[in-house]
Amino acid sequence: MTAAMLKSLVRLQSHFGNILSPGQLCRRSQQFRSALNYSSATEERKRFYQDVSISQGEGGYEINLDQRKLKTPGGKLFTVPNEALAIAVATEWDAQKDTLKFYTMHLSTLCNTALDNPTQRNKEQMISAALKFLETDTVCYRVDEPHGLVELQKNEWDPVLHWMENRYNVTIGSSSSILGPEIPEATKETFRQHLNSYSFWSLTGLEYVITQLKSVVLSMGMIDRHLTVEQAVLLSRLEEEFQIQHWGNVEWAHDYDMYELRARTAAGALFVHLTSESFTVKRKLMQN
Amino acid sequence: MAALSSPLRVCRGILKELRAIHGPTYNRSLAYNYVMDQFRKNKVTAERYCRAQDEANHDSHTYLCLLASSRTHKALHDFYHVKGECSTAQAAGMVGLRLPTQPGGKGWEK
Repeated sequence: MTAAMLKSLVRLQSHFGNILSPGQLCRRSQQFRSALNYSSATEERKRFYQDVSISQGEGGYEINLDQRKLKTPGGKLFTVPNEALAIAVATEWDAQKDTLKFYTMHLSTLCNTALDNPTQRNKEQMISAALKFLETDTVCYRVDEPHGLVELQKNEWDPVLHWMENRYNVTIGSSSSILGPEIPEATKETFRQHLNSYSFWSLTGLEYVITQLKSVVLSMGMIDRHLTVEQAVLLSRLEEEFQIQHWGNVEWAHDYDMYELRARTAAGALFVHLTSESFTVKRKLMQN
Repeated sequence: MAALSSPLRVCRGILKELRAIHGPTYNRSLAYNYVMDQFRKNKVTAERYCRAQDEANHDSHTYLCLLASSRTHKALHDFYHVKGECSTAQAAGMVGLRLPTQPGGKGWEK
């Protein structure tokens, strides 16, 4: 905005009354805050910045696009609790070429969700939602036929289920009835206590992963580092992989879905890990 | 479950992805410095089984998976889902097919 334009706008303001409040005119950073409109679906946002950097502020680490501070869709200052997450988010923004493709920026989306909390939920509600998912967990819901798929589910999913039952000392079980497995109350209570130890941010990430993988068991298996992202995604898509082996692979659908699922799940897992560990330097005492 | 591939391979993979993102100046990026720092810090351990090292190893795999699958997904999206309306010949060409030809011409053509 040139000085001349600014002056003419100020004159307009006094003429028409309080249409434009002074706050909107003054600072450049605020002008660009409204310029980064996440919700405009009609036109693609162009990359309007050269450099992406991070800085440490009062609330945590912030992302700077050139000189402007990144803000969430809700208008809050974008802050993350640790440097590693900030660097990963900054890399996402730096990876954008000519246009901003928000659907590829999974970590930024997760941070925005945690900061804005648009659905106004608290930890208890998120934990209850996760436990409800257990009742229709992919890994517990088995088919009766075809025989090949039944065997595959038994060979691939049973080990994970047993690992989970041993690790948390619970009974989960699987079922091929339409109602799904009967999850004992004690199991739910154990998980409730375990999930309660996670922070709000970590639970946001965990809920995201559960929604993507359609399974609490696979999500916990991956978060506990028993499974890699690729393994968890494969197990989640077991029936699809079975059908692909039988009928063939269609790249623009199957591969497209698989890579998208991998990216989202990896982002979720990374988000949970980065927001649940205390990032202090782990030094071991050298015993001489 | 199965053993993870070596940290060296993962490190190389991550650097390859960072180079794809940043271009030739990738070794001055924030992510490069952080990643190399983490790999160096977690390399040395006197113990046979080190939990912190295993955790870091898993996390590095996760980050590599994130970068690689994001890039592949975007490439597939740009290849298949961006063009909009295209001719029958182009659409067939996308999946490696060609339109049938009839050398003698079709019967109703003049």
